[in-house]
Amino acid sequence: MISAHLPALQVALPLIAAPLMVLVRRGGIAYGMMLAVAWISLLISLLLAQQVADHGPISYHLGSWAPPWGIEYRVDALSAFVLVLVSLAAAAVVPYSRRSVEAEVSREQHYLFYAMFALCLTGLLGITITGDAFNIFVFLEVSSLSTYVLIALGRDRRALTAAYQYLIMGTIGATFIVIGVGLLYLMTGSLNLVDIAQRLPDVAERRPVLAALAFLTVGISLKLALFPLHLWLPNAYTYAPSSISAFLAATATKVSVYVLIRFYYSVFGETLVFKELPVPLVLLALSLAAMFIASFAALYQENLKRLFAYSSVAQIGYITLGLSLDSVGGLSAAIVHLFNHALAKGALFMLLGGIMLRTGGVSLHCVCGLARRMPLTTFGIVIAGLSLIGVPGTAGFVSKWALITAALEAGLWWLVLLIVASSLLAVAYVWRFVEAAYLRAPAPEATEKIEAPWSMLVPAWVLVALSVYLGFDTRFTLGGATRAAQMLFGAGG
Amino acid sequence: MDTANVFHPGLILIVGALVAAPLRGNLRQAATLLFPLFALFAVWQLPDGAAWHLRYLDYELAPLAADKLSRLFAAIFTLMAFGGALFALGQKNRVEVPAALLYAGSAVGVALAGDLVTVFVFWELMAIGSTLVVWSAGTPLAWRASVRYLAVHLFGGVLLMAGIAGHVADTGSVAFARMALDSPAHWLILAGFLVNAGAPPLSAWLPDAYPEASWSGTVFLSAFTTKTAVYVLLRGFPGTELLIWIGVFMIFYGIVYALLENDMRRILAYSIVNQVGFMVVGIGIGTEMALNGAAAHAFTHIIYKALLLMSAGAVLYRTGRRKCTDLGGLFQSMPLTAVCGIIGALSISSFPLTSGFISKSMVAQAAADQHLLAVWMLLAAASAGVFLHAGIKFPWFVFFQKDSGLRPAEPPKNMQAAMLFFSALCIGLGVYPDPLYAMLPFPVDYAPYTGAHVVAQLQLLLFSGLAFFVMLNFLKRTLTITLDVDWFYRIAGARLVAAVGGLISRTLESVSAALARRSGALHATLLRQHGPEGTLARTWPTGSMAIWVVVLLLAYLVLYYLY
Repeated sequence: MISAHLPALQVALPLIAAPLMVLVRRGGIAYGMMLAVAWISLLISLLLAQQVADHGPISYHLGSWAPPWGIEYRVDALSAFVLVLVSLAAAAVVPYSRRSVEAEVSREQHYLFYAMFALCLTGLLGITITGDAFNIFVFLEVSSLSTYVLIALGRDRRALTAAYQYLIMGTIGATFIVIGVGLLYLMTGSLNLVDIAQRLPDVAERRPVLAALAFLTVGISLKLALFPLHLWLPNAYTYAPSSISAFLAATATKVSVYVLIRFYYSVFGETLVFKELPVPLVLLALSLAAMFIASFAALYQENLKRLFAYSSVAQIGYITLGLSLDSVGGLSAAIVHLFNHALAKGALFMLLGGIMLRTGGVSLHCVCGLARRMPLTTFGIVIAGLSLIGVPGTAGFVSKWALITAALEAGLWWLVLLIVASSLLAVAYVWRFVEAAYLRAPAPEATEKIEAPWSMLVPAWVLVALSVYLGFDTRFTLGGATRAAQMLFGAGG
Repeated sequence: MDTANVFHPGLILIVGALVAAPLRGNLRQAATLLFPLFALFAVWQLPDGAAWHLRYLDYELAPLAADKLSRLFAAIFTLMAFGGALFALGQKNRVEVPAALLYAGSAVGVALAGDLVTVFVFWELMAIGSTLVVWSAGTPLAWRASVRYLAVHLFGGVLLMAGIAGHVADTGSVAFARMALDSPAHWLILAGFLVNAGAPPLSAWLPDAYPEASWSGTVFLSAFTTKTAVYVLLRGFPGTELLIWIGVFMIFYGIVYALLENDMRRILAYSIVNQVGFMVVGIGIGTEMALNGAAAHAFTHIIYKALLLMSAGAVLYRTGRRKCTDLGGLFQSMPLTAVCGIIGALSISSFPLTSGFISKSMVAQAAADQHLLAVWMLLAAASAGVFLHAGIKFPWFVFFQKDSGLRPAEPPKNMQAAMLFFSALCIGLGVYPDPLYAMLPFPVDYAPYTGAHVVAQLQLLLFSGLAFFVMLNFLKRTLTITLDVDWFYRIAGARLVAAVGGLISRTLESVSAALARRSGALHATLLRQHGPEGTLARTWPTGSMAIWVVVLLLAYLVLYYLY
């Protein structure tokens, strides 16, 4: 039955599509293939989520080699959740890409673009689904290498430097991760995550394990752009092609957060990481620093892509803040924010891409009076911005509420005040856009309507609408996140 | 969502705002009038108890729940939306009236909210609607005022949000019921409510923002935000003694500043703070009589304050002037506006046979019943002060006094109709208060028209009226030099006061100058570190990024090994 092989298909499909695209060398066909791949991936991930919800975690043995020798694909509540997120983002971004790529990437590179996109999707899905530590590293490299290329395809010449910088930083991160995995392998003799977790308590020598934890933490923190390792992110998001900014903002850092959660809870165990080591304290401090420093930085940006890139760093702070609380509530707040923020940020960068296409830039003076010329685009940005702020009725509120409740559970009143105070900073930087787009007068010669093309508006608005819908119906997001968090605590504690 | 075939009056108004926004001409005018009427009808149809249920994040929400108290406020809010829309039919700005309907609709939403989450949602929506109303006046002053206004209200929203979250975490329930000041969460909620009520120390947002709205915008603004705050205080914190003293402070804050003020609409804005103070005192006393009084006073106050601001708005509409010193003698060419303004002024001064008399006296009576002598005396003194600043000062300087030479015509028919409608309500409720009393949350055992009440009130008004004309010269002098220590010095006639006042103003000046310097320096620091080229925001060389990685790795290793 094909449904038994869904985990393999999830990764194999985009992986096979990529070389095929290179072989046909046609931008149009590559686009069609990519579209099919993305939508089928979404379907598969939803089916997998359904299966997990019905029958519990799925363990798929690749080539029927039993773990720990063979590679195991493991789908549980958490990875199913992230799989849906990644494939949803791809399913929305691919149809959007057509027009935006036509405008931003030279024609003969189109098929390469989609091939790289397929590889990037492969990598991200692979990281999420695999139950093998070394496999995580491999897929991480697959996604990272394709990302470097995709960023470098950006029209702006600075895209090259941004990609190069990301390449250096990403490689350092990946090296650290592989060192960590290597140390774990050295101490336990296994690469399977579940197996490592079972063998770790018997390891007599603690130091190499701690070193592995440190290397993994720093390496993954780099990939997820945890303050102060976020420095590669603003440039990468700013100068990449619009659809790639949107896809990366929605998925790349989120998958890294997933890896961090996976290693902390499923491998090292909650007791070791959070109870015996000062990890929560460090995470808390760095998260708060991210929330405030990056928000302030966002406040002063002129380029909107950069502004929202810094806001991403700040929002990642919320996610890691939830992690640092070390409770089911905190963890589910982190997981649900991962999803909700991905939706809002994906929508934002897609809409900004529309502005980029029509006005040729996304600095604040480019958007003056734009509300009259691109009403749907600007209104979408406002709603996604409200979700970033966490206004009730948007998905962002759900995650912020979960975070605040978790902080209260831990009795941290001052933290609640800091969380709401930092939302005020979000109000301020979103307001800067509103002020420019709605309240400033446009340049006198620019009055005609220049609304973005439908193929770009519709996918973006689907995400915007989801951001609002998931602000009311929280069964999938908060429900899924809570199940995942309970599962992780059940497994680790 | 379970909706027992009932319309939500607040949502009707909000839908009305969305419908009216793109329309033009007669259709638009019809929409702005019909939706409030429909909403008013829907208020009448509301059954008791929660009509809508909604599950949200594991909580049982009641977005639409009604009892006598909430129906009273919902009714007056929708009535006000209708009157305001009638007055504003000729408003050229296309944002203002839809924004006002949104604003009114969210105020109704708060009044009909059965749980705190719904309260919060409409609370924030109200802040947005009202900010748009201020902003749509379209002047640079209004723009800056609207930003300050929004900042204060967002701050209030933050307090409320944190408080509600804490309340839910403590009790596990989102129901909006009576709260005691026994936890930080409840203190935060109270603080959030009080920000909207215009309580100290943030009273200044109200007279700062309201007078900057357009001639019709201020009419809307006067009704909703503060009265919604009165409503939530009535429901959440009745009988909280602290509120008595906050209310007393607000009463005198309003009077003192209104007496010093020269801008006619700012005078009326200060008197909103003052009147809301009476309601807050009533809530603080907390007996059935006092709560009835606070609710009734909110009801009548919305009507007569709107009437006063309509009359001021009509003057502004025709003359374009707002300073008392630039106006005067308008009675000759705007008799109807003047008469309506005077009816409003008599109502706010609680003149017998007007609506203010039958509501404010309940609060005073409740204070007397509870033997709160000091409070009672302060309220009596304040009543005289109200007559001084709003009852006489406003009509006298605008419509009589010197002849300014202006001969503006009466305002258009729709504005006259709105003023006549509200005047009729003022007199009607004053003569025949029983329908209002029947709508109050508790059974009313109070007769306003006893000989003692009427005589006492008339004496009070007579003497304060006398005082006004005796001190007219002093009051007039202030018109050119508002808000100066000079005023204290003339009244008191004592050098000491002048010296103290001068000292205070000098200190304040130097403090505010220091603050301005500091904030300038702070801004520079932020810009240096966070600005586009700032330390924390510029593109770093790759090497230094790598150094961070190493630093962090070492830090982790050291920390882990030490443990």
